[in-house]
Amino acid sequence: MLLVEAIILSVLAASTPLLLAATGELVTERAGVLNLGVEGMMIVGAACGFAGAWVSGSIIVGALCGIVAGMLTSLIFAFMTLGLAVNQVATGLALTILGIGLSGLIGARFVGERITTAPKLSIPGLTDIPLVGRILFGEDAFVYLSLALIIGVWWFLYRTRAGLVLRACGDNHVSAHALGYPVLRIRMLAVLFGGACAGLAGAYLPLAYTPFFIPGMTAGRGWIALALVVFASWRPGRLVIGAYLFGAVTILQLHAQGAGVGIPSQFMSALPYLATVIVLVLLSRARTGGSTAPAALGTVFVPDR
Amino acid sequence: MQLVLEKRAERSRTIALVSPLIAIALTLITMSVLFAILGKNPITALGVYFIAPLTDGYSLQEIAVKATPLVMIAIGLSLCYLANAWNIGAEGQFLIGAVAGSWIAVTTQGTEAGHWVLPAMLVAGAVAGALYALIPALCRVRFGASEILTSLMLVYVADLLLDYLVRGPWRDPAGFNFPTTAEFDPVATVPVLIEGGRLHLGSIIALIVVAGAFVLLDRTIKGFEIRVVGVAPRAARFGGFNANQLVLLTFAVSGALAGLAGIIEVAGPIGHLQPGISPGYGFTAIIVAFLGRLNPIGILIAGLFLALTFIGGEQAQITMKIPLDVTKVFQGILLFYVLACDSLILYRFKLVFAARQVQSAAR
Repeated sequence: MLLVEAIILSVLAASTPLLLAATGELVTERAGVLNLGVEGMMIVGAACGFAGAWVSGSIIVGALCGIVAGMLTSLIFAFMTLGLAVNQVATGLALTILGIGLSGLIGARFVGERITTAPKLSIPGLTDIPLVGRILFGEDAFVYLSLALIIGVWWFLYRTRAGLVLRACGDNHVSAHALGYPVLRIRMLAVLFGGACAGLAGAYLPLAYTPFFIPGMTAGRGWIALALVVFASWRPGRLVIGAYLFGAVTILQLHAQGAGVGIPSQFMSALPYLATVIVLVLLSRARTGGSTAPAALGTVFVPDR
Repeated sequence: MQLVLEKRAERSRTIALVSPLIAIALTLITMSVLFAILGKNPITALGVYFIAPLTDGYSLQEIAVKATPLVMIAIGLSLCYLANAWNIGAEGQFLIGAVAGSWIAVTTQGTEAGHWVLPAMLVAGAVAGALYALIPALCRVRFGASEILTSLMLVYVADLLLDYLVRGPWRDPAGFNFPTTAEFDPVATVPVLIEGGRLHLGSIIALIVVAGAFVLLDRTIKGFEIRVVGVAPRAARFGGFNANQLVLLTFAVSGALAGLAGIIEVAGPIGHLQPGISPGYGFTAIIVAFLGRLNPIGILIAGLFLALTFIGGEQAQITMKIPLDVTKVFQGILLFYVLACDSLILYRFKLVFAARQVQSAAR
């Protein structure tokens, strides 16, 4: 295998959890809800996903466990912020703190265990095409699923009536409410979708990326996914570019470490985080003429009857 | 059946006072269920967590030692949150403060340096923490970048920097290859208050910080500005308060306090720089700030309470084999309940049953 091919394959793998989690958060934020608990939902998804796969011996069951775990944790968030009108930033932080503890508790007895990771697609003839074969036709199901999901989200947001209503809730909840749309219910569905995606993204890590679970294995990916949504200006197309760009930064620093570049490994490991800060600054700066964020993002809505 | 929120005409003062207590009570009930699920006797477990540490002198000192960084960081964070500036990177500022102060300790090691070393270390820690906190603050004020994300990303960077230093240039040559610096010299160590005890000077500094924050918020115009900018940004603009300047100020103060807490922790209870100097103080302090209602006195009490959970958690692990992660779960649940109960201050919760809904719809 060529080095370039190997790098592209690992970039796709590293980008997939970012893309999955960010896709969910994009929908949540387009509905006007800022859920900062992505990291917490992801890590719970990772622990439950691994537990499910280890107990059942099935990757699919593991992925479903991750999705359900993500949805359950996001349900707490939805109840707090939509039901009780609590500040979304603080609740998101609480969700992350709780998620890290819960995942440690659930995952404790699985540390040190191994599973066989999700199989890679193999189509005789197509997968064997030199150079592009393995990249296009030799990935695990999650990679294809993440791309299908973001295309689906694009279609939903811009080509369906329901998507239009969801965006309306995110831009002006008072008007959407006045028109008779159930703002809180729509937002709750969006939060649950975000939770499902984050849970799946977390589950991807022990099910396909590495064959084991370690506490704290998300290592800030949930926060990077949040930054990606900003990077993408809340648009699905740019989200794909952003996710693969960040995956590339992660992988390139790993390869640079492996190649023995004379820079301490810790500095290379810091690159994805520093890149996030720099990208956020550059983007926010370029966007001086009015923000592209959903206008009602992060604001509390209590319907008056 | 549906839960409906009804805005109160004014903030309920009674609930503002009792809501943290309701939250703690609800947390204890939830924890009992969790202990039962883990197959432990809930009463015994709660006893080990919350009562046993209060019964011996060593644990009492240890609670004060653990509360010291929590209270100092939380006081700074409360200023930020009051001004609606979301610093969630206190953990990073704590680490950078520890690194900057340790730099002086490491470079003066074994020299004839006098008693100026410790004060210099404390100043270096505070300054470094403030500068590190100013990065996300400047990014927000100058470029409009979300301070939530940037401040958090810098936590990972600080952690990696510390890791590099103790594994590389600052590693103790006589330390059997462990990633740690040599033990700091006596002049570079925070003195203990009682000979042979654990309680150290840092706890006094934390109390001074609490008093300072109380005076700032209650008796000065700056404190008033901070509170107005957070509660009523429009009114603050009409009042001529500079919101951006307040973001920078609160971030700098909270970074300085976190950095100071970091170097006190390293030069006090720990005695040398190593990875894992913080069991998540910077994040737990967020809970302390909210549980203390963003009020200095409240934060002091909340800090002692959360320190109790750290000590109780350690003892529960030793005596009852309860995993340490239970402490984090406990802290997360507590923050949820605190936030939920805070909602009671502004709203009345009402359960509306289907029959009544139909009625009101018909009206």
